[in-house]
Amino acid sequence: MTQTKPNSHEGCIVLPGALRQQPFDSSEEKPQFPGASAEFIDHLEFIQPNVISGIPVYRVMDRAGQIINPSEDPQLSKETVVNFYQKMTLLNTMDRILYESQRQGRISFYMTNYGEEGTHIGSAAALDSKDLVFGQYREAGVLMYRGFPLDLFMAQCYANADDLGKGRQMPVHYGSKDLNFITISSPLATQIPQAAGAAYAAKRENTNRAVICYFGEGAASEGDAHAGFNFSATLECPLIFFCRNNGYAISTPTNEQYRGDGIAARGPGYGMLSIRVDGNDVFAVYNATKEARRRAVAENQPFLIEAMTYRIGHHSTSDDSSAYRSVDEVNYWDKQDHPISRLRHYMTARSWWSEDNERSWRKQSRKTVMEAFEKAEKRHKPHLDLMFTDVYDEMTPNLIRQRESMWRHIQQYKDHYPLDAYAK
Amino acid sequence: SLTTAMAASARLLFRGAGLKAYTANVNSGAQSSFGTTLLRLSPNCSSQTKTQIKHASHFTYHPDPVPTMYGPTTKMNLFQSVTSALDNTLASDPTAVIFGEDVAFGGVFRCTVGLRDKYGKDRVFNTPLCEQGIVGFGIGAAAAGATAIAEIQFADYIYPAFDQIVNEAAKYRYRSGNLFDCGNLTIRAPWGCVGHGSLYHSQSPEAFFAHCPGIKIVIPRGPVQCKGLLLSCIEDHNPCIFFEPKILYRAAVEQVPTEAYTIPLSQAEVLQEGSDVTLVAWGTQIHVLREVVSMAQEKLGVSCELIDLQTILPWDTETVCKSVAKTGRLLISHEAPVTGGFAAEISSTVQEECFLNLEAPITRVCGYDTPFPHIFEPFYIPDKWKCFEAVKRLISY
Repeated sequence: MTQTKPNSHEGCIVLPGALRQQPFDSSEEKPQFPGASAEFIDHLEFIQPNVISGIPVYRVMDRAGQIINPSEDPQLSKETVVNFYQKMTLLNTMDRILYESQRQGRISFYMTNYGEEGTHIGSAAALDSKDLVFGQYREAGVLMYRGFPLDLFMAQCYANADDLGKGRQMPVHYGSKDLNFITISSPLATQIPQAAGAAYAAKRENTNRAVICYFGEGAASEGDAHAGFNFSATLECPLIFFCRNNGYAISTPTNEQYRGDGIAARGPGYGMLSIRVDGNDVFAVYNATKEARRRAVAENQPFLIEAMTYRIGHHSTSDDSSAYRSVDEVNYWDKQDHPISRLRHYMTARSWWSEDNERSWRKQSRKTVMEAFEKAEKRHKPHLDLMFTDVYDEMTPNLIRQRESMWRHIQQYKDHYPLDAYAK
Repeated sequence: SLTTAMAASARLLFRGAGLKAYTANVNSGAQSSFGTTLLRLSPNCSSQTKTQIKHASHFTYHPDPVPTMYGPTTKMNLFQSVTSALDNTLASDPTAVIFGEDVAFGGVFRCTVGLRDKYGKDRVFNTPLCEQGIVGFGIGAAAAGATAIAEIQFADYIYPAFDQIVNEAAKYRYRSGNLFDCGNLTIRAPWGCVGHGSLYHSQSPEAFFAHCPGIKIVIPRGPVQCKGLLLSCIEDHNPCIFFEPKILYRAAVEQVPTEAYTIPLSQAEVLQEGSDVTLVAWGTQIHVLREVVSMAQEKLGVSCELIDLQTILPWDTETVCKSVAKTGRLLISHEAPVTGGFAAEISSTVQEECFLNLEAPITRVCGYDTPFPHIFEPFYIPDKWKCFEAVKRLISY
């Protein structure tokens, strides 16, 4: 028996009657593994995660609203741009009033969108109205852009009898079937794999319909995010993942949320086309979303957009962010880099928006918000029977019994329950 | 050295009873006859171990009678009855899709054999290995209007999807004020003991989900029930979890209608009428209790009424309470651990509704409060002897 050394250039081990590899030239070999292609490498080298010079931030305007590269200006009409501005400011006005209403005990809870208006309006404008939206909770501007009336925003926050959600959820958990906006739920990132499934169904329907899925950089740490990214790529779904990276997940800053280059850098790991944009630049958000949507539907693949922005407000009315960040930091973003100011500079530079326009618009938007607010406050709460419906498509015998039991109890103890507030 | 090399080759030759096979498959132990040879040559291995000799199935399968109202039937085992239901669904509902781990080649239990070839790779497809993704994806597809049939490879692995099931699927309709729902979603998973499954291939997790308003949980006892109940789940406008007793996949054979048919949900079935004791179970345990009914009759002269609950949530309280009002005695049996198991819910409701009818405390014969053990399975499961003994105690209370 002869046995040559295993690392010989000939690479042939000979045993009696035996193991016999085919002759090969190891310098010409390519890996055959089913799991990955690429080349062999003969020296030990760990790949450096590119945190210092990471994925660049795409922008069209600078902080003062000046176009940097004219070929990137989407050249939207005055009417469109004025509408962007009005939607962003109306959202801002509604936020101020509803935040204050929570402070006064009129509604139980609220979350503002301060600083992120550009991410909402820019992306919403780039979609078709029939595209399905899965959100997290800080995307009210998307719904506003699509035409959700102030009355219904207020109705949901007040949980009154006009609420489409029938008073079942905390404020800001909006939903609209007509506007293709899936009802918000509190658990984070659960919408991400759902969006992949919806996009797959849309692909099979073949009606040129895309799905967009919003989430924050904190939610992107959840397992559901990994699941959604991987499924959408392997199953070839026409889906846009839109990450609002606003710097904080309640009090947790990004350097405690991840150690890699943000969320955009994860996309390539899933085989997904990815981009990072300036979220405070409504045109950059618009351009990226528009192109992602076009290609997602044409090519049946997901896109990842990471919109860098800043959460100017507190996480919610249950949060006081001065406990974990400086007022100076917040003021910088409010005064020096705000999506609303940027767009206003863009408009005033073209004489599309004057001081008079601003004054009268502010007055008008404040008035319409206050009207909706006062009306919502006066409305009754939904009928008590609605506590028991929609658990299943039809009421079960068990629930019918429990509803009857509740009414018997209420009749007996009616002085102890706020019955007058509820619809009869 | 040369002597070492010669000794090594001598050992090689000695082992070489299946040398040809050995050289072709030196590292693929599964295909090698090398292992077989070694066992055969070893003087201390007996042909059958002690546990093997005593370890037969703990139940005898009792087939349903041939159904006559659903059209022509053909012989099917449980996994084939699942395939048949899925085949009917894909044929009649163009939006229906089936997905999960390994479903494309037919599934680890062969439930989806042939469906990908027949209906296309966009309708029967593998997903990445991620239960929370499988269910989340299914919810989204269902909400967008597709009939989504998700497979979880073993019920033991459903827990990563618990949040999606409980916080999302179950609450989709309620929280949206009926703007949205995922009633088009059905989740299927192999369930229950299988003889050697141990901790992670034997679980019966129905109790975890029974505490979750908004979903339905269904468990069949055999092929005829399986196909009809699965089709009801798929048709039902609520998210359903369908647990399939894996020990019955091959063992349970019946004449099953080839056309589509449905068996109503939330309707327990009285399989055998009796006057002295009510027995309630679901899935495999029905067959254990069938034998207990015979044993009770022969050895004790006791007449038992056997009820297959079928739907765990929402469950048919009326049929069970009506029976206990008649017999005055109730025994509930399931493999899942006794504490917090679904028998506790049944027991609690029945004692509320039938307190004055009861002649004896309600008895639960269930798994012990341990994880599902491997070698101790014959002692763990609520077998016919434990149930028989419980009937004896109920009668003599």
